[in-house]
Amino acid sequence: MTETQKVRFYQTGTHTVGNRLMEAESRTVQASPERSNAITSGHRACQGCGEALGARYALDAAMRATGGRMVAVNATGCLEVFTTPYPETSWQVAWLHSLFGNAPAVATGVAAALRVTGQHDVRVVAQGGDGGTTDIGFGCLSGLFERNDDVLYICYDNEAYMNTGVQRSSATPAFARTATTPATGPHPGNVAGTGKNLPRIAMAHEIPYVGTASVADLHDLEAKVTRAMAIGGARYIHIHVPCPLGWGAAAHDTIRLARLAVESGLFPLIEAEHGEVTAVKPIRRRVPVEDYLRPQKRFAHLFRPGHEDRATLAAIQATADANIRRYGLCPEGQE
Amino acid sequence: MLKQIEGSQGMAEAIALCRPQVICAYPITPQTHIVEGLGAMVKDGRLSGCEYINVESEFGAMSVAIGAAAGGARAYTATASQGLLFMAEAVYNAAGLGLPIVMTLGNRAIGAPINIWNDHSDAMALKDAGWIQLYAETNQEAADLHIQAFRIAEDLSCPVMVCVDGFILTHAFERVDLPTQAQVDDFLPPYRPVQRLDPANPYSIGAMVGPEAFTEVRYLAHQKMIDALDVIPRVAAEFEAAFGRAAGGLVRPYRTEGAETLVVALGSVNGTIKDVVDAERAAGRAVGSVSIGAFRPFPLAELNAALAGARRVVCLEKNLAPGLGGALASNVRMALRGQAPVHTVIAGLGGRPITRAGIAGVLAAAAQDALDDLTFLDLNRPVVEAQLLRAAGLRESGPIAENLLKALNPGRVERVSPRRMQE
Repeated sequence: MTETQKVRFYQTGTHTVGNRLMEAESRTVQASPERSNAITSGHRACQGCGEALGARYALDAAMRATGGRMVAVNATGCLEVFTTPYPETSWQVAWLHSLFGNAPAVATGVAAALRVTGQHDVRVVAQGGDGGTTDIGFGCLSGLFERNDDVLYICYDNEAYMNTGVQRSSATPAFARTATTPATGPHPGNVAGTGKNLPRIAMAHEIPYVGTASVADLHDLEAKVTRAMAIGGARYIHIHVPCPLGWGAAAHDTIRLARLAVESGLFPLIEAEHGEVTAVKPIRRRVPVEDYLRPQKRFAHLFRPGHEDRATLAAIQATADANIRRYGLCPEGQE
Repeated sequence: MLKQIEGSQGMAEAIALCRPQVICAYPITPQTHIVEGLGAMVKDGRLSGCEYINVESEFGAMSVAIGAAAGGARAYTATASQGLLFMAEAVYNAAGLGLPIVMTLGNRAIGAPINIWNDHSDAMALKDAGWIQLYAETNQEAADLHIQAFRIAEDLSCPVMVCVDGFILTHAFERVDLPTQAQVDDFLPPYRPVQRLDPANPYSIGAMVGPEAFTEVRYLAHQKMIDALDVIPRVAAEFEAAFGRAAGGLVRPYRTEGAETLVVALGSVNGTIKDVVDAERAAGRAVGSVSIGAFRPFPLAELNAALAGARRVVCLEKNLAPGLGGALASNVRMALRGQAPVHTVIAGLGGRPITRAGIAGVLAAAAQDALDDLTFLDLNRPVVEAQLLRAAGLRESGPIAENLLKALNPGRVERVSPRRMQE
């Protein structure tokens, strides 16, 4: 936004500033008819797919930031499957898929090849889902981080293995129902106290840039990708992308749920450089976690009529509260 | 230039002459000295224009090589044994993507029980991954095969594994004649990828293929190997013309004329076999041998021709296909089409020395038609029979290696099985 634009314009229900109200140069990449459409239409993602949106947002921003001088490496997963059913492809960017667990290492190799063949202006973006990133690709990703290879790695986190039919990953939230953490027994859903926070693990590698983003906040997402592409070395962006199929949510609720995850404090939007948090996106209108959880069938066991699981809801609320305290997401004493 | 040099160092120098642009290094015995040598050359500037990347695993090593080759760079790595298995998924993937990566395999046994010494279990485990597999007999050939490997790989867009016997070649000091940079540059032009990641031509590489085309894709992978049966000998002939010495090729017959018994083997053991053949011939016995230089593609026709006329064939092989016998013999039978009996001799597992006496004993038994279909050379039969007896009594699967150690070291290894403690 420009200096003169002090007033924040909201559109009720979306909390986004309409592009028409902004200076042209402040508008999103997505708003531009010049956008690269890195993933073009015709792919086979489900209706309301957050990952398809997130990937297009991120790669279009990266394409603009590099003037189209970039290549993409993809882990196996939904994003790979729904974009490249042979002999068709949705990618309008040079794109390579190798395996599920090796996208970071492949990207390292591509970056090395570009350097050694003198194509210093061509940048590399690697991407994968949460399973490909936090579980099976984690070793390669940690290697990429510690070597500080010149790659932006983007994780599209929909919190389970959706491509194989919604199994738990180490990014699945506590208590969520998946095919391998069913909502049965005395402790239904995913076991509390498990899982890993990959943005913080990335920060522990002290890489030049770590960011978290949400498909609900396009401006913020694009700004973070643009920032990341302006830096050399290993960079990591973790984008929260709701999955209507896996979450048991309505296709039209993808953006709403992504926003509620942010506004409840369950998915903090932060930036970190060399291991230190440099910026957080304050929560504009804080909501209880229940608002986020209730529309999702994966949490339906917490809301059985007459048997609402208040203790579990309180535990999830405590997680959100801890995030808000940790990052200072509600600076105006809204806690 | 002649040098008295460790095999690994000779290979490293030959590989450096091929001007690799990306080298991925992960340590595993016995290949480590090769990547150490290359690392030193990159670090001190002797090998310029090369990115040397220390990776986090063998899976990472092959994956970095995949990215590098797809990005348009000449990529090299080396591994062995457990490392090859750890990268197995990426090994198949490199072949499927048609990337001309060259990898040295310092052949070593696979555990458990863990064993760092030489056999061919690793190479055989991935013989059908879609890679060309070349086997070196000597340190000179190990160096020379790498120079050929890049040519073959890039001619065919197919990865090549250069198999060198761990320790026997990698750690042995021998005389190696290393060519000059100009000679190698004349023989091996710069890498020009058929297809690479290029923002100006944004291909999608590695798309999903369903039942409608997968068989055709696999057929083409087979056809590429059939093409390699022409390319490998052609490159070997060009190499000989350019460098003045023979190396590589599909099969190398040795004193096969009029032979009643032919020994077939892969790799360095052919040196020992040739010595035995010479001794047998000197004693008037009609024995010869055939060294297989390329195990994949498997040279069916060439091997058939080389083995024609033999009364029997003995495959001396450093691998075991439990429940079957040996991978080499299975393939040789395909080539012989039943024209002569093929005996399998499992030898040299986990680094056990294969001696001239051992081979001579096999040949003596063969000459009397007393060689079993499957023989384990120099097997300590009392030890295994004691274990079989014990296992039959206990019906307990368990620490076979430990029990064998007990048998070999009576009184020094004590362990009572949990089941016996209850008795």
